[in-house]
Amino acid sequence: MLIVKNLEKSFGKTKVLKNINLEINEKERIVIIGPSGCGKSTLLRCINQIEKPTKGKVLFEGIPLDDKKTDINKIRIKMGMVFQQFNLFPHLKVIDNIILAPVKLKLMSKEDAIKKGKKLLNQIGLAEKINNYPKELSGGQQQRVAIIRALMLDPDLLLFDEPTSALDPEMKQEVLELMKDLGKSGLTMIVVTHEMQFAKEFATRVIFIDEGKIIEEGTPDDLFNHPKSLRLKEFLDNIK
Amino acid sequence: MNLLDNLYKTLIYDNRYLFFLEGIKNTIIIAFFAGIIGVIIGIIVALIKNYHEKTNKLKTLNFLASCYVNIIRGTPTILQLMIIYYVIFASVEINIVVVGILAFGINSGAYVSEIIRAGINSIDKGQIEAGSSLGLNYPKIMRYIIMPQAIKNILPALGNEFITLVKETSVGAYIGIIELTKASDIVASRTYEYFFPLIIAAIIYLIITLSLSKLIKIMERKLNNVNS
Repeated sequence: MLIVKNLEKSFGKTKVLKNINLEINEKERIVIIGPSGCGKSTLLRCINQIEKPTKGKVLFEGIPLDDKKTDINKIRIKMGMVFQQFNLFPHLKVIDNIILAPVKLKLMSKEDAIKKGKKLLNQIGLAEKINNYPKELSGGQQQRVAIIRALMLDPDLLLFDEPTSALDPEMKQEVLELMKDLGKSGLTMIVVTHEMQFAKEFATRVIFIDEGKIIEEGTPDDLFNHPKSLRLKEFLDNIK
Repeated sequence: MNLLDNLYKTLIYDNRYLFFLEGIKNTIIIAFFAGIIGVIIGIIVALIKNYHEKTNKLKTLNFLASCYVNIIRGTPTILQLMIIYYVIFASVEINIVVVGILAFGINSGAYVSEIIRAGINSIDKGQIEAGSSLGLNYPKIMRYIIMPQAIKNILPALGNEFITLVKETSVGAYIGIIELTKASDIVASRTYEYFFPLIIAAIIYLIITLSLSKLIKIMERKLNNVNS
């Protein structure tokens, strides 16, 4: 579904990503871990081209994303993203936040979008917040609305950039639970996170990145219980 | 009785109030239409520059836009007005008020574009990223996400620009437009008395600019209520 080939990204002279190769299949739940500043968020942002890779290729469902003929906006409909800071639109009510893209992209009528939005909000217990503005919601609620906003477009792949890093501990749980539910429903997901317990329970594959390179990848059991590289061992020791 | 005498001399005698009416009319017409032209140019220039900053495309247009802003901001308004009237429209039969509207509109556009650009840049870049991640293109992101938020930051500065514009129309006298300042000058040259004509002009300017700031305040409050 997603192929990353020899991906490199530099900011000025600093190489943030070096020769990243990755292949992700349908229904995989990938968790990317690594120390702060290792490039894991940049990798995610390069995958959906919010950040332009310096070198290398990203192919999504067989389509090269850097190709001039590729309409990246069409691709992004099928590849959603959830941000650390939620990035809800503060001037719009919850319902208008989530129906904006499907309606303005003419993928759905307004009525259908509202119907679908209400149904999804109902599933996560936020039906009564439909006419509230984002700032009237708690952080955890905002992030769950942001996830619903991405789900409104029926993405094939959903990227999560440290979705719980800006949240209090008790709010983290409600967001992580929702992500687990999505995983169970068969959605393909790539999650950058510092939540190791979540990674263990949730991931089908864990990728450890350090200094812009993939150091190790495998099942949660492989990485957390039998780390091979010294750097991963150090990393795991440090966060214990 | 001196005051009444002077007012009579300044306004009533020889129908001198007609000069003031003509001046008010021209000042308001020029400021109003120049303001509209300025906003249109300002939005276009701001979007060209912002789009270039975000995507590195539109290089030529961005270069032209930068030249325009730099030239307008770096040269005196009087000079721009005279160049447009005496050089560009030298051999064309054209209403002098229209020249004023064009000149002040082109002048104002440069300042408005910077105001709008600052307003757009004041919005967290996460908003653009969120819009992009939902498959929205640049125009849609600007229209539905950025502008509705930026307008709150743009409006106060835009109000100041309109007030400046009203006052700047007085420069139009240089090419012979009978706007408010020129009108009071004409009256003064007939009464041989400067105090009353100039004070009357000042009071009229104040009424116009104060009403304008009031209007902007009301709009700001309305916007704040909508996007609370």
